[in-house]
Amino acid sequence: MAVSYTKYLRMYHMPHMWCPGCGIGIIVKAIIRAFDALDWSTDDLAFVSGIGCTSRAPGYLDMNTLHTTHGRALSFATGIKFARPDKHVVVISGDGDATAIGGNHLIHACRRNIDITLVIVNNNIYGMTGGQYSPTTPVGARAATSPWGNIDIPFNVSELVKGAGATYVARGHVGSGVQLERLIRGGLTHKGFSVIEVLSNCHTQYGRRNRIPDAIDLIEHISKSTVSVRQAEKMSPEELKDKYAVGLLHQDTERTEYCDDYNKVIEHAQLER
Amino acid sequence: MDNTEKKQRQVVFWPGNKVVAEAAVAAGCRFFAGYPITPSSEIAHVMSKRLPEMGGKFIQMEDEIAAMGAIIGASLTGQRVMTATSGPGFSLKQENIGFASFIEAPCVIVNVMRGGPSTGLPTALGQADVMQARWGTHGDRPVIALTPSYLDELYNEVIRAFNLAEMLRMPVFLLIDEVLGHLSERVEIPDPSEYELVERPRPTVSPEEYYPYDSSQGDVPPMADYFTGYRWHTTGLNHDKTGFPTTDPVICQAEEERMERKVSGNLELIEKYEEYMTEDAEIGVVAFGTTARAALVAVADARKKGIKAGLLRPVTLWPFPEKPTRRLGQRIKAMIVPEANLGQMIYEVERVAGCNGPVVGVNKIGGVPIYPGEILTRIEEFA
Repeated sequence: MAVSYTKYLRMYHMPHMWCPGCGIGIIVKAIIRAFDALDWSTDDLAFVSGIGCTSRAPGYLDMNTLHTTHGRALSFATGIKFARPDKHVVVISGDGDATAIGGNHLIHACRRNIDITLVIVNNNIYGMTGGQYSPTTPVGARAATSPWGNIDIPFNVSELVKGAGATYVARGHVGSGVQLERLIRGGLTHKGFSVIEVLSNCHTQYGRRNRIPDAIDLIEHISKSTVSVRQAEKMSPEELKDKYAVGLLHQDTERTEYCDDYNKVIEHAQLER
Repeated sequence: MDNTEKKQRQVVFWPGNKVVAEAAVAAGCRFFAGYPITPSSEIAHVMSKRLPEMGGKFIQMEDEIAAMGAIIGASLTGQRVMTATSGPGFSLKQENIGFASFIEAPCVIVNVMRGGPSTGLPTALGQADVMQARWGTHGDRPVIALTPSYLDELYNEVIRAFNLAEMLRMPVFLLIDEVLGHLSERVEIPDPSEYELVERPRPTVSPEEYYPYDSSQGDVPPMADYFTGYRWHTTGLNHDKTGFPTTDPVICQAEEERMERKVSGNLELIEKYEEYMTEDAEIGVVAFGTTARAALVAVADARKKGIKAGLLRPVTLWPFPEKPTRRLGQRIKAMIVPEANLGQMIYEVERVAGCNGPVVGVNKIGGVPIYPGEILTRIEEFA
């Protein structure tokens, strides 16, 4: 059944501010399809972001939306969710926002296992501020602040959040919107902290500096760098070099969720009182 | 007050930080996010026990910045929220404090001031965050900071802080110091019938007609709780009445001026000060917080010596009580300004007092209180 995107969008704020061909559009559409499939009321949804190109997404969606400070979206989202555990809280963040300035909030949200869904748009660069290298820029890549090639070792975002305790970790990419929607939907229905890392294209800032200036070419380049989780299991570490496994990477349904645990604290405190 | 009312009051002997926490619970605070920091931690200790008892929420966040973010998030759902910190944590929170000011989210921030810059003197008093409270975050925004001197007063000022935050849709600071946070004294707990708990203005229009920053509704536009069907947007970018970003210079100016008017247009509601023997005073003393307790003794001692001294004690430090300071300043020979820093509030006194005589600081840092004798010496010098 066709999804009515306009039902979820604030059409009076179109056109959006992203560059033509930007992967964020594909990702926002996948998020909308996931919401639509779950038939959640937009009144019950909070969509929260920090700073950067990605963080402009909540403004275009007709729900309770909050555009916060750089890197801090998860802390605001934690306040919303902890105050109202009965509602749905979704955060969208870029690679710089989530893993550099927001890195501390990221690992602690994972550790806490609070029922928030985080979509990380990983395009390997700070786009909005002019193409500086980020914690996910590959070694050797050019950026506005690495004119001679980047020497920083990048994070593997999905492995990072898995290590920090996220109970749902998935990786998708902008070359496959269908898979992306499925992975996001899985995160939304997972009880606990879920992270969906999305490999995305910033042809304007990253591609232009790294000889792939065209949106379609860069999306194809990203697609070619991915292998399915099942394929990856059969591959040697050498074969997996510069490849990204996509699909559901990790899910733990045993761990209890933070707000549920706190409800037990309330029950205990009220009994003892 | 008659005796029947007095009988209803519970009398306790509590330290100041416990007074803050218990008064916050009484003020309807049901959400606290914090991060451990001396000398404010006892506030978190009490909140972590009391809030779940009340069905409320306590969360220890990963850092000061996150604690500030969490209370803003909870505030958007309609909760009365608080965090507590001290100087270094107050510095860390500043960006999100500016965000709360700009999106106009009610919240209470307690700063139990310690000595020194940087890590400074974590276990000792200071009053050096006067200007950080006023100008600590970037950009212009209105500020309210309350500086009680006694624990009875502290209890009531905590309640007032919540009411002002809700009424005016803005962060309100409670600036106390290590001495007030840690000293214990007799506190009469007012009966809930003695005070009012004021709610934030909420919309009476339908979601279709609602704008989160609608200045036609007055300088404090109604605020819809999240998840009540209003589905509004807000951002730390300059925004128009819809909550969406704008770069229109006329709207930017009008909206920031409206925010400033929430304080400048409600001075009668916000301003609070106490005067002691100022009517015929020839030497004026201006002091706040625990320093004002020493100043009060110094003024009384000066009077015993035949010196006409008088004390002005701001209970609301920001906005600075300009009128009483000017009233006092214009008829005295000298103004003495004791404060536990190297001279911060004195800039405000100099700015507004219009004093013909000198304005002189008594400045003591290093974590020890200013003693009455040290203030008296200065009073005598200019008598």
